[in-house]
Amino acid sequence: MRVILHSDLNAFYASVECLYRPELREVPMAVCGDPLKRHGIVLAKNELAKKIGVKTGEAIWEAESKCPGLTLVAPQGRLYQRYSQLVRSIYEEYTPYVESFGIDECWLDITASGRDGYEVAEELRLRIHREIGLTVSIGVSFNKIFAKLGSDLKKPNAVTEIRSDNFRELVWPLPVRDLLFVGRQTERKLTLMNVRTIGDLARCGPEFLQKRLGKWGLMLWQSAMGLDQQSVARSGDYPPVKSVGNSMTAIRDLHTETEVKLVFMRLSEEVAMRLREQGLFCSTIQISMRDNELFSFERQRKLSRPTQCAFVILEAAMSLYNDQQYKNRPLRSLGVRGVDLSWEEGGRQISFLPEAEYEERWLEVERTVDDLRERYGEEAVLRGRLLSDKALSGLRSYTQMDVPTGTLPGSSASPHLRPAKIYREVV
Amino acid sequence: MTQRIMIDVLARFESGRIRPLQVIWHDGRKYGIDKVLDVRRAASKSGGSGIRYTCLIAQRQVPLYFDEWENVWWCDSKD
Repeated sequence: MRVILHSDLNAFYASVECLYRPELREVPMAVCGDPLKRHGIVLAKNELAKKIGVKTGEAIWEAESKCPGLTLVAPQGRLYQRYSQLVRSIYEEYTPYVESFGIDECWLDITASGRDGYEVAEELRLRIHREIGLTVSIGVSFNKIFAKLGSDLKKPNAVTEIRSDNFRELVWPLPVRDLLFVGRQTERKLTLMNVRTIGDLARCGPEFLQKRLGKWGLMLWQSAMGLDQQSVARSGDYPPVKSVGNSMTAIRDLHTETEVKLVFMRLSEEVAMRLREQGLFCSTIQISMRDNELFSFERQRKLSRPTQCAFVILEAAMSLYNDQQYKNRPLRSLGVRGVDLSWEEGGRQISFLPEAEYEERWLEVERTVDDLRERYGEEAVLRGRLLSDKALSGLRSYTQMDVPTGTLPGSSASPHLRPAKIYREVV
Repeated sequence: MTQRIMIDVLARFESGRIRPLQVIWHDGRKYGIDKVLDVRRAASKSGGSGIRYTCLIAQRQVPLYFDEWENVWWCDSKD
């Protein structure tokens, strides 16, 4: 039987901030996106804030209404990446099969070591606390789904083992939503079928679920029965890229087509540049939109031929925008994604149509711009239109301004500590 | 509360490892390191984590921390 561990770094961003600024452990604190850029949601919170009811993903105003005086800290992506890597290097001492699930979670397959899973998990938990200063919750089981479930059962700083002889007692009474890959929509469908717990799901039987939910239903039943066979990827093995996309929350709501076009232009350029960097072409363009009431919707269109050209992507994005029925809603965020990817080397069908020739010429221009940007900086060459509204275009030279900062009163402002950027002082 | 005291360290780079030889305090006083008793990664009480060198200085065990990312040395000090 396989021995799979799932390790989850508890309140990762907040824990790293508290590690560097121990005084933040004494006050309710949350790591949040920048409210001025309208990224103002809680990304992580410390134990004190959690006890007061602050939740990850909620808006800053909601968190503050529950916890007046909540200390808000700006995220430091590079520092978190570094700590994630440090922890990963400890995992890799135990097995080459370490598969990341986000920045703060990993699966480990330690079957080949011949060691007891619980013992290894305890050792890892203690080492990570002692050597890195962070706490982890680890689930130990015989498949990935139950290992992940186990790491969610006891938090923080704990190990939970789900074995083949106790999973019915431990897992089956849990709500079906706790199962990996069961989202809001699937939960809704299952509730209509009176399936509320993982045990209910298991008792449904594979034929019934497959009939109602297709292949997905069968997969869910296997997960509930502990029959999941997914393997843990080896370190350094990455699944092939399925899409290249980018999204942006605009600095203010978008009301006109001109404003929407400006944001799509910026996003299309980034997507096209990343496609070219990786030698990929996309055949389908998807756009996603979210209005100021947080209603989201997506649309997609197949292109007549694969592309990696920004102006083709922009044209497709704008035609999708113009064709949808929610055109008059003020939009808060937009996204563009290229899917249905193919490799450059695979060769493309040559077209003698004038528009194809025009596209090829444009592609040459965009490649030249890529070279210039690589040599002289990201904003060395810009479309003139983007300059008409720098804030909306999300140009770095504009958006990096005006982030409010402050320091905790009484903190020793050592220049050598990476200072946490505090949005607002502690009251 | 434990405070982080930044220090300068005179060190020798040996093949594949660093050996601290002398601590230079912020007021210029120098302390020779008699022996390195232990080297391992560890979290520091004053914040952050790094490579911890447990050193013998004037008959006392003193943990020194090295952050290989920031290239800084520090030790913990209680108020």
